[in-house]
Amino acid sequence: MSRVHDMGGRYGDGPVNPEDGAIYAEDWHARALALTLAAGALGQWNIDTSRHARETLPPKDYSRFTYYEKWMAALANLLVERDMITLDELQNGHARGQAPSDLVDRALRAEVVAGVLASGSAYDRLATPPDFAIGDRVRTRKRAHNATVPGGHTRLPSYAAGAVGEVVLRHGAFVLPDTNAHGQGEAPEPLYAVSFSACDLWGDEGSATDEVILDLWQSYLEPA
Amino acid sequence: MPHDHDHPHSLLPPDPALRVKALETILTEKGLVDPATLDEIIDTYQNRIGPKNGAGVVARMWHDPAFRDAMLSDPMPMLRELDLYGRQGEHMVFVENTDAVHNVVVCTLCSCYPWPLLGIPPGWYKSDAYRARIVREPRAVLAEFGVDIPKGKKVRVWDSTAEMRYLVVPQRPEGTDGWGQDALAELVTRDSMIGTGLAMVPTP
Repeated sequence: MSRVHDMGGRYGDGPVNPEDGAIYAEDWHARALALTLAAGALGQWNIDTSRHARETLPPKDYSRFTYYEKWMAALANLLVERDMITLDELQNGHARGQAPSDLVDRALRAEVVAGVLASGSAYDRLATPPDFAIGDRVRTRKRAHNATVPGGHTRLPSYAAGAVGEVVLRHGAFVLPDTNAHGQGEAPEPLYAVSFSACDLWGDEGSATDEVILDLWQSYLEPA
Repeated sequence: MPHDHDHPHSLLPPDPALRVKALETILTEKGLVDPATLDEIIDTYQNRIGPKNGAGVVARMWHDPAFRDAMLSDPMPMLRELDLYGRQGEHMVFVENTDAVHNVVVCTLCSCYPWPLLGIPPGWYKSDAYRARIVREPRAVLAEFGVDIPKGKKVRVWDSTAEMRYLVVPQRPEGTDGWGQDALAELVTRDSMIGTGLAMVPTP
């Protein structure tokens, strides 16, 4: 039921290597990041679509790919899925011709890069007032899954599914990734920071003093 | 809808550097990407946006109590004013370390990170080991970074599952009374703002 990216709490990964501190281990990593941002600026998908494209890589590829290889694979898949490039072009490594002019007109120009990056893209929306108050006890969905699209995108990690926590922050209403990733609209909902005791998540392995806080949308939660 | 059966990416060359090159070539030839644009994006995050931005804010929070209070209640107006607003930093929350609580940030589902304040995340932040383990055994992971949290102190792990981006405000080191903002900023490391490090202690 889960996907390979949903790895919080997983065993077997070994130690973290703090020496691996470079932002790009290879020159092409920087190029991959820039290419992803430039392609995203064409406006043919949103951040949730893009995340979902990485999550739906075959588990074998997701696990063996380094970070930016995942980005490149997901980008290639999205470009083909949106008919922006063809399989033939992908195989040949060259274009068979220019893209339609309306799309070419949207290409990000070097002189506007700084402004575009600085203007960001806000995800908060005006929407219904929140159902839950700070201090309320809430229970997350029993399974970490998209409620309407089988295998679809969601931001409830498996390790926090079916758990009871406490609302600690109310962030306002935000675009719902579960719909936005699938072209079903932004469907904004109240978003909360919910705190879970480490013992409730991990049993005896958790320290009684510690907690994990996740940002969760209202439809992921019910009163507990 | 998920497309679990089509994986066009497998048509790309086996060498990852060539995969990037192939995509760049195709998109450039189609008129959808300008290589100069890519250079500009790379330059922005290599030379203009990085942890120095966050360090300046933390140092000012240590130095200026009114600024600290404003940043802890709603940092966005001030971040906009300071030109520290931008992609992947549209919704910031600052969480402060105290004698009672140590905060640490992760994104278990991908690798969300406050770009305008810290730049692009380091390799370990994006690693499976960090994403998988910091939520389950934060104290063991912090020890791998050389950070030992006393038993009675709470560890609070923030999993960035939405578009909120968290920045840890490390505790101000002892022996820095009367220091100016610029000198304080030199003590604020990238890892101390993620929570896998502490601020540097000044050498006497």
